[in-house]
Amino acid sequence: MENRMSLEFDAKSENESFARMTAAAFVASANPTAPELAEIKTAVSEAVTNAIIHGYENSEGIVKMEGKISGKMIEFTVTDEGWGIEDVEKARMPLYTGKPELERSGMGFSIMESFMDNVEIESAPGMGTRIRLVKNLEI
Amino acid sequence: MEVRLLGEKRALLVHLFGELDHHTAGEVKEEADRMLRSTNAVSIIFDFTQLSFMDSSGIGMIMGRYKKVRTLGGKVVAYGVNAQIMRIMEMSGIDKIIKLTTDYDRALRILEK
Repeated sequence: MENRMSLEFDAKSENESFARMTAAAFVASANPTAPELAEIKTAVSEAVTNAIIHGYENSEGIVKMEGKISGKMIEFTVTDEGWGIEDVEKARMPLYTGKPELERSGMGFSIMESFMDNVEIESAPGMGTRIRLVKNLEI
Repeated sequence: MEVRLLGEKRALLVHLFGELDHHTAGEVKEEADRMLRSTNAVSIIFDFTQLSFMDSSGIGMIMGRYKKVRTLGGKVVAYGVNAQIMRIMEMSGIDKIIKLTTDYDRALRILEK
């Protein structure tokens, strides 16, 4: 089975729950287990929060979320056209945060990596950020 | 979220409901900090029994409150954490910093120690 979705929404913190709920509803047709569903929801929440806080620094912008189901493979991409990440390797490091003043834990990418099978980050200063999350559901 | 003052215990009891993310963590932070400033409370008990979801924003919020109450000589206790949330707590190491327990009565006892 193959299925796709695409969604654009304002970079507002109240849309974080909207995005992860939508992602969870979309993947439901692939019959994930409850823990798998929780992992996907959490990873999407981290990616969307990252776009809102770091991409747009809580100012106006559009976040795009695309989802794809191919059999047991789940894929989400979250794209912003915000500031971009200067040093992607540093951003991936556990407990590193570019925004300590906002009480960020620095765990976002670590959670995405541990809950998904593959996490790709495409980013450059001024060019926005695209995070691709892939998970293979157990059969 | 609902915050109650346990005046005799010098603690805040913070009931968390639903989902704790960047958006709702901001609300909890503001209310808890306002209560810490305006009351005699030095500790915080978080009730996780009605919380179904938390992401890393929740970790940041708890960590921030922990730093605050530590300067006041208090503790952070959490009870009723579900498996999904516990996994995130363990990944961040916050489970080693705050006190975790199963229910409200035990949380009170930890506070008194």
